[in-house]
Amino acid sequence: MKRAMNLMAAAILTASSSMVFAQTDLSLWYHGAGNDKEKSVLTGIINDFNGSQDDWKVNLAEFPQESYNESVVAAALSGKLPDILDVDGPLMPNWAWSKYLTPLEITDEDVKDFLPGTIGRYDGKIYSVGLWDAAVALFARKSVLEKHELRIPTLDKPWSLDEFNTAINTLKMDKDFEYPLDLGLAWKGEWYAYAFGPLLQSWGGDLMDVEKPTAEGVLNGDEAMAFGEWWQNLFTKKLVPGTSQDGADRETGFLDGKYAMQWNGNWAALAALEKFGDDLLFLPAPDMGKGPKIGAASWQFGVSGSSKNQKGANDFIRFAMQDKYLANFSNATGLIPATAAAAKMTENYKEGGKLSVFYALTDKQATKRAVTPAYNVATLEFEKALSDIANGADVADTLDAATDAINKDLEKNKNYK
Amino acid sequence: MTDGKPKSQNKVGWLMALPASSLIILFLIVPFLLAFWFSFTNQRLVSPNPTEFVGWSNFSDLMGVGSLTIDPKRDAEGKPVYKANGDIQYPRMRTFTRNNPDYEHLQGMREWFSIPLSNDRKWVVLAKDALFMKALTNTLLFVAIVAPIQAGLALLLALLINQKLPGINLFRTIYFMPVVISIVVVSILWRFIYDGENGLLNAILGFLSFGLFEPVDWLGNPSTALGSIMAMSIWQGVGFHMIIWLSGLQTIPGSLYEAAALEGAKRWQVFRYVTWPGLRNTAVLIMVVITMQAFALFAQVDVMTRGGPVDSTQSLVFQSVQRGYEKQDIAGGSAIAVVLFLMVLSISLIQRYMSRDRS
Repeated sequence: MKRAMNLMAAAILTASSSMVFAQTDLSLWYHGAGNDKEKSVLTGIINDFNGSQDDWKVNLAEFPQESYNESVVAAALSGKLPDILDVDGPLMPNWAWSKYLTPLEITDEDVKDFLPGTIGRYDGKIYSVGLWDAAVALFARKSVLEKHELRIPTLDKPWSLDEFNTAINTLKMDKDFEYPLDLGLAWKGEWYAYAFGPLLQSWGGDLMDVEKPTAEGVLNGDEAMAFGEWWQNLFTKKLVPGTSQDGADRETGFLDGKYAMQWNGNWAALAALEKFGDDLLFLPAPDMGKGPKIGAASWQFGVSGSSKNQKGANDFIRFAMQDKYLANFSNATGLIPATAAAAKMTENYKEGGKLSVFYALTDKQATKRAVTPAYNVATLEFEKALSDIANGADVADTLDAATDAINKDLEKNKNYK
Repeated sequence: MTDGKPKSQNKVGWLMALPASSLIILFLIVPFLLAFWFSFTNQRLVSPNPTEFVGWSNFSDLMGVGSLTIDPKRDAEGKPVYKANGDIQYPRMRTFTRNNPDYEHLQGMREWFSIPLSNDRKWVVLAKDALFMKALTNTLLFVAIVAPIQAGLALLLALLINQKLPGINLFRTIYFMPVVISIVVVSILWRFIYDGENGLLNAILGFLSFGLFEPVDWLGNPSTALGSIMAMSIWQGVGFHMIIWLSGLQTIPGSLYEAAALEGAKRWQVFRYVTWPGLRNTAVLIMVVITMQAFALFAQVDVMTRGGPVDSTQSLVFQSVQRGYEKQDIAGGSAIAVVLFLMVLSISLIQRYMSRDRS
């Protein structure tokens, strides 16, 4: 791939004598193949960067998201990583530990205006910077809540656990809906840790204690057990659709009026707004006891450890961090711009903008997933445990099994030291 | 001259075998030897830590088992305490297996299965890796059910289409079609068929029973998921084995059937004394091939259930891939691959021995 790009670049260079010959090629890998809007923003940044100086020339290679991580692992195994690559936030510590990524030359001063979830820090160093973040909210309809005389929660006073339970049990009685709430279990993979991990954290549990490190007493402690029992109850009482939910129902169930409420991300917000308009509410996460929390950290840019052009790669990332590019990305994708200044420049996130509530949600509730190289195993175990508990497995035994599997992985990797 | 010719033919022969055999060496034999080596180390897919030799520990982690006899909770009179649903209440297994100094040897194990004993006591077998054990039993069950049914159905189909009727090739094509389609595509289609809410299977069963049939979430229910995958796998693979049976059937000389007809043999007698003995070698081949294919159960699980719900469709190959690639534990995945290899090898050898030519 890279070679083909280089050949192409060489062909273009020889064809047009007006091109600058001194520019060194930098390769950039991106996970969003197939998304034309993202591509046009990204190529816009790349063209601006290539035109702004004479030293570096960035070349873009795109991959489909499903196989992106595997492509990076395969490239790392064969020593063919690009200079700049993007990485899913929680996976960054693993790639940093494996030395796929190297610390950026970007300082705290450079990122002081950025949302905390967009900065990938590991071992005291900045390894990755995101141009946007994503946020999750409880999609609901004002008319439905008012019909059932449910209090409409606010960012300052979200629903308590009791209020949340009352709400879904009340809505269960409404025969207009198949389910009072949809959590989206049709979306396998990282969605589970991203969307439900913060609920566990709000109960007082977590995937693991990163400092010690161990999952014992954290993923299978009393708070996690209580979370597990509550989680299982959602399914035994048929308050939410289970793991065999149809993917199409996840996409359109809330819009079609099958589900009264939906736990969903800001990427789905515009479609819902189009359908319900002013009736639509984006409610904050309920407070299960230890504060209301939603997941933070989306895709971010980093520099590969094997890159010979560290300076150019860092220059590019710093160039891309300008507010106007953050705003362009947000306008194209609906994602949350990483700085307040950029938010002001966007259609949806400026003050009074249709999605500005998500900026506030991220600012107030966003919590990072466990920052550890052990994350890529922990997230798999967490997904399996949640699925098994939803399907009726014993809560304590299932969480114990996940705990043991995570600890075993820590042991096999010498605690990722 | 007579000596030289075979030699040069040999040379040409080796040369012609070279591309295929070098591919086999590169993609089958070398990876297998590597897997064998990895299973004795702590090799990771990616890690800055150096690889170390760890002896048998990957295997003892996989196959370690322990057992325990436990008493139910009893009241003051020594009668067992019952739970709300009428089951006898036993102490939780985690009180023994987690940080209990009196049961050091059971640390971290999980219940695999239990056998009731007299006086309401029960004998519990625990496994260090209950997930592997579940995958092992599922795979063995899959082989034990799929191999004979698939072979039998394939023979039946082969007998049906081994007739000289007009349009018989159409049926051959139809039966063979699922084999040609990629297993991944077939799995995705069957996921729609098995869908719990608006799947084809539920709709047909509901129609046939005049709406009496309660829709079942075939792949989402732990008690039906493995059976559903078995049924689909049998359907998918049956055409391939039908063709092998068919080729066997067509090697039986027609004169034997004519002789049988002259002797006045009934249809069953013809099958029992002419067809079946003629299919002997084909039968051995088919059983070995089906068994090996069934042990390699992976794509259906990966696409349709990913081992769930509650581990009811875990399989050895799926676990091997999941550990080796997704959890980046190449050593653990390789250990499962080695165990699987030894199992398939010994079963094939036993099959070979039992079906040997005794004459």
